[in-house]
Amino acid sequence: MRTDLSPRIKLALYGLLCTLAIPFVFPTWWMVTSSVKPISQIFAFPPEIIPSSFDWSTYADVFRLQPFAQQYWNSCYIAAIVTIGTMAVSSPAGYAFARIKFPGANLLFMVVLLGLLIPSEVTIVPLFQIFLKWGMINTHWPLILIPIFGAPSVFATFVMRQFFIALPVELEEAARVDGLSRFKIFWTIALPLAKPALAAVAIFTFLHSWNLYLEPIVFLTSPEKFTLPQALTQYVDVYQGPMWNIQLAAATLTALPVLIVFIFAQRQFIEGLAHTGLKG
Amino acid sequence: MPLATPTNEPAPRKRAFWTMARREGLAGYLFVAPQAAGTITFVLVPLGLVFWYSLHEWNVLAGTFKFVNDANYRKLLADPALPEVLGATAIFSAGLVIFNLSLALLLAVLVNQKLKGIVVFRTLFFSPVVVSLVAWTIVWGFLLQANGGINGILGVFGIAGPNWLRTPATAMASVIVVQVFKNVGLNMVLFLAALQGVPRELYEAARVDGASRFKQFRRITLPLISPTILLTMIITIVGSLQVFAQIAVLTQGGPGMSTTVLVYYLYQQAFQFHRFGYGATISILLFLIVAVLTFAQWQMRRRIVFYEN
Repeated sequence: MRTDLSPRIKLALYGLLCTLAIPFVFPTWWMVTSSVKPISQIFAFPPEIIPSSFDWSTYADVFRLQPFAQQYWNSCYIAAIVTIGTMAVSSPAGYAFARIKFPGANLLFMVVLLGLLIPSEVTIVPLFQIFLKWGMINTHWPLILIPIFGAPSVFATFVMRQFFIALPVELEEAARVDGLSRFKIFWTIALPLAKPALAAVAIFTFLHSWNLYLEPIVFLTSPEKFTLPQALTQYVDVYQGPMWNIQLAAATLTALPVLIVFIFAQRQFIEGLAHTGLKG
Repeated sequence: MPLATPTNEPAPRKRAFWTMARREGLAGYLFVAPQAAGTITFVLVPLGLVFWYSLHEWNVLAGTFKFVNDANYRKLLADPALPEVLGATAIFSAGLVIFNLSLALLLAVLVNQKLKGIVVFRTLFFSPVVVSLVAWTIVWGFLLQANGGINGILGVFGIAGPNWLRTPATAMASVIVVQVFKNVGLNMVLFLAALQGVPRELYEAARVDGASRFKQFRRITLPLISPTILLTMIITIVGSLQVFAQIAVLTQGGPGMSTTVLVYYLYQQAFQFHRFGYGATISILLFLIVAVLTFAQWQMRRRIVFYEN
């Protein structure tokens, strides 16, 4: 940090910060407030920054027009499985690439790293054919398997590897002398120390799954299978025009819980992401 | 520290098959197996299939699948839409990277200042990262309507705003802005960590020598955080080539084809027009672009980045 700033500079900085914050904060505010305005008010001029009248029936419509609770559950459980699955796949792999010497390790690492170059958008056509052959169209399997083994998990493996490389090896050496197996060392010594890296991986993976959009619209066809991102855009009128107030209410229900968790845990979120492996 | 090396084990009794090295090797393979097998099944095999499909004329509706050699590639090169699609992709990626990285750096420098309540601003700038992508995009779509919030606020000041998403000149810019504010917090945090890693003594020494703040930034900060700048650039560019939801929700590729980026075009051809062979050919092009860009940037890393730890 620099030396103390003069009061005039401080004031200017606060002004700049507040102005810059508008495009980050206002959309969320506008989403929440517009979702509770009566439909006649949402396009009112001049715009009502603070709503003067409320209409909560929109929130009932969200659940009436689509199986929204089911869709909410779909998104939650898929994101949970993807997060746990990715950690289960990428932490041992990252550990092995960092610590264990075995023939072909470098070659395998290069093969896995190739996965980073190939986002699922590139392979979506054959993936569709593969899951069609396996009878998994309109199931949640593609939304679970593609992230757990595709580019996001390769990224997670890379992050874990970087973390374990930076971790001092002495603790594990002592355990090895005592004759502990590799798995025991990994499970009881290395993994508990890797909590910050695991947290970063978990956050990234959860958000990735939570935001997934191309896969759902390619693989899912029936509304009770939909995930939230896809469901939000389905609130349209007979002319395919968006029913704004209902979309905004559903968007609020989707965004707010994660946002609230984030605000309470923002330190862990931000510092976890900043200080783990990602630096290089 | 008493460290017995594994090779000094008691003399071989009966030459056990499971030597230390073999057990290590097995552990290595077992640890890596799920990731390696999964990546091969769900990434590398599909990549091979993409190439195989791209050599075929494949219409799902008609049920035809026939080998056509390089016909799809010739068709792609002659596709009148291709220049527009590549142009839109380039504008989107370039605009996003430039706007995103410069704003991220500015925000990182700001939230790195010693000010009361700075954590609040850091949290605010980061918050869109955790907002559902489609929810964020829907709100912006709502704000950018001809009679939406942004034009409403402009109208209060007597300015008549355009129909942002339906005007060719503003549609792409709008999509870029929406995406930048969504994710710039991530790069801000990476830059912030890099800024805090710059040794303070360097600034003190520079100040003693009478270097201005701007000069300190250019001569000390920028070179020292250049590895992070490059890393975030790679992540941002590769990410920008995957943009899909924002386009699908905000503009559906329009007006005209002005926001039809490569992934959106691929989706249209494969899943709306059911041309799987042609879609696969576009996928190959997308893959090549991602690969070339990544490779070029790793090469750049050797040349331009000054301090690598």
